[in-house]
Amino acid sequence: MPLELADAIATPDGPEQEYLWTLNFGPQHPATHTTLRLILTLDGETIVKAVPDIGYLHSGFEKLGEHLDYNQYVTIVDRKNYISPVANEIAWFAAVEKLMDIQLTPRCQYIRVIFNELMRIHDHLLCCGAAALDLGGFTAFLYAFNQKEKIYDICERASGQRFHPSFLRVGGLLRDVDETWIDMVRAFVRDFPKAWNDIVRLLNRNRIFIERTKDIGVLSKEEATNLSCTGPIARASGVVRDLRKDEPYLAYKDFDFKVICAREGDCFARYLVRMDEMLESCKIIHQAIENLPSGPVNVDADSKVVMPNQLSVYRSIEGLIHHFELIMTNRQWHTPVDEVYAAIESPNGELGYYLIADGSGVAYRTRTRPPSFIHFATFPYMIVGHQVSDVVAVLGSLNIIAAELDR
Amino acid sequence: MAVEGLSESVMVTQLDKLANWVRKNSLWPMPFATACCGIELMATGASRHDIARFGAEAMRFTPRQCDLMIVAGRVAMKMLPVLQRIWLQMPEPKWCISMGACASSGGVFDTYAVVQGIDRFIPVDVYVPGCPPRPEQLLQSVIDLQDKIQRTGTIAGKEFQIPAQGHPPRSLAVDVPPTERMVAPGNYATATRLQSE
Amino acid sequence: MTREEIVNKLRERFGADAFSTSEFRDNYRIILPVERVYSVLEYLKISCGFDLLAELGGADYLQYPNARDRYGVWYVLVNTTTGVRLIVKTFTNDPEPTVPSVYPLWKGADWMEREVYDMYGVVFDGHPDLRRILLPDEFTSFPMRKDYPMRGRGERHNFPIISRPES
Repeated sequence: MPLELADAIATPDGPEQEYLWTLNFGPQHPATHTTLRLILTLDGETIVKAVPDIGYLHSGFEKLGEHLDYNQYVTIVDRKNYISPVANEIAWFAAVEKLMDIQLTPRCQYIRVIFNELMRIHDHLLCCGAAALDLGGFTAFLYAFNQKEKIYDICERASGQRFHPSFLRVGGLLRDVDETWIDMVRAFVRDFPKAWNDIVRLLNRNRIFIERTKDIGVLSKEEATNLSCTGPIARASGVVRDLRKDEPYLAYKDFDFKVICAREGDCFARYLVRMDEMLESCKIIHQAIENLPSGPVNVDADSKVVMPNQLSVYRSIEGLIHHFELIMTNRQWHTPVDEVYAAIESPNGELGYYLIADGSGVAYRTRTRPPSFIHFATFPYMIVGHQVSDVVAVLGSLNIIAAELDR
Repeated sequence: MAVEGLSESVMVTQLDKLANWVRKNSLWPMPFATACCGIELMATGASRHDIARFGAEAMRFTPRQCDLMIVAGRVAMKMLPVLQRIWLQMPEPKWCISMGACASSGGVFDTYAVVQGIDRFIPVDVYVPGCPPRPEQLLQSVIDLQDKIQRTGTIAGKEFQIPAQGHPPRSLAVDVPPTERMVAPGNYATATRLQSE
Repeated sequence: MTREEIVNKLRERFGADAFSTSEFRDNYRIILPVERVYSVLEYLKISCGFDLLAELGGADYLQYPNARDRYGVWYVLVNTTTGVRLIVKTFTNDPEPTVPSVYPLWKGADWMEREVYDMYGVVFDGHPDLRRILLPDEFTSFPMRKDYPMRGRGERHNFPIISRPES
């Protein structure tokens, strides 16, 4: 049977396919920040197809969650999205506290809100600073890191560790914050808008930066929802969804802030949304630090979920028994035998934990809903038709954190 | 030392020492940043800590231009062949800093997917403890490495021919009972695992 | 449309005993047999406006108290207009754990299904590109299963050693 003309054109190894070539990008590449790998099929400089290959940092976080108890796992959660460690802790304990039905004290809620917003600023600073660095704006990166160091100092003051604070515990915090910490946060809120302004003046009207980000990596509103996008990436595409407003957790009902959205859905819109969210976060921190309630940070020790204070361990039999029960690996917490999903609005989007408990002090299954993982899945859709140099711009705007991506 | 009869601008020294002095003050790091430590590595290069004070600010992302590999972060099973390949691509003389608990020993990640210390598979000169180490610690490790180069270096690279004491560490594979063992050896040349035995 | 209305609509459409429901804190779950999961999810997406698949995950219930089935897969759905959340859950078993893929409904399910396959070996029927995502292709086990040890079976030790004189 003779070959029809239509068949000859559609054949994949026809002459029009011969000049396509493959470019390997990563896993060790400066613009991937950490460890991602892309296999790009190119037509000259234009990308025809992109296949991400991930897992170069897969470390078994979720398996570890099945072997560490609810308080111990905080050190591991910290290392998931290491740009905003405390936001991970808040998400983890949101799930644990929903499982055990613990109502936090107002002071603890406010401190957690302050930390969540500090982490949002921290995350967005790195994202915008590193995006600028990749596109050739080294100064903006230095300005951003200067502010990041101040947030590190605040974490260090509160918990003693600057990078992975591990500051939260079931039913409260590691310890209460002090006056110096409050002054540091106040000073940060006072100084931050000026530094923010410096970065904005460097980038917002920078022609190179705009031309490399505008109309690059466009994601429409319908696509964003269908691809499960949340957070700044969905909001830059016009999805008005923010868990702080839609499903208020902690004390977010008390604060006055705006949800920042854009319509364009390109890299520049994502950058603008992130920049403006930082100012809104600053507003929330300001309201929270000025209205910080007094009182304890941990829930009542009678609830048997938090450690009793040391004095009562040494001076009373109830305190001693209570401490012993929480410390011994075969006693610990008594949880319902059930499963729960809880999510918060982390800097990168909806960060959720699906927690299955079997009644013991160790979770049976800890599943993370990782925003980076889901956002990186949108990359092949965004990049097709763009140039090789745009890969860096799109990656920078997505803010992929490899530890959260691979877990 | 100055020599009599020559002007004061002339000094006599050993060629080894001169080479070491030159090498140690122009280390070009290759940041093999995989995880959290990579951000602290960036902070070390950024404004407050400024690694340029020690002559090591010229970070090059291609291994062929570098002589110091800083492994910052845990190395997963899938990443190790890449790490070995990058190490082999670096020109001599070369050194390696293992930054952080995860790179040095696996850290808190004692799981199926994480290599329990990169020194089991590639040579390491300086270990930096911490999770992650503070930028000051990383700067100290650079100073220590400079000291090591000055003390032990030779222009012909003879110090590299002597195997390091205790390298590589005892294989952890013996801890796994034989019934649990599954051999799928890796090959850095092709970055794939082949079934054998 | 509230949660109760949606469940009533589902009962009308699929019959009263087509699924069971359970509630814990603010989580509302619909538990379905695996044969019916695709048609119910399709109905939820098209007629009830659940346009966002917020999360898809799996678990191995091997050592779980009173568990009858081995693998569970859950879908957390969100209606972005009304903000209603709903969890749909289904179970599957050895020797060939299979769940229909929801990739035709939500493209976001692509990688999440691949991850469940990678970790548990649950096959998603109809997925266009079902292969390992996080672990190397040569890996032969499913590490998140409860009968796989946390420290692995020695895979992490099997690499050539490069010593200083030979590099």
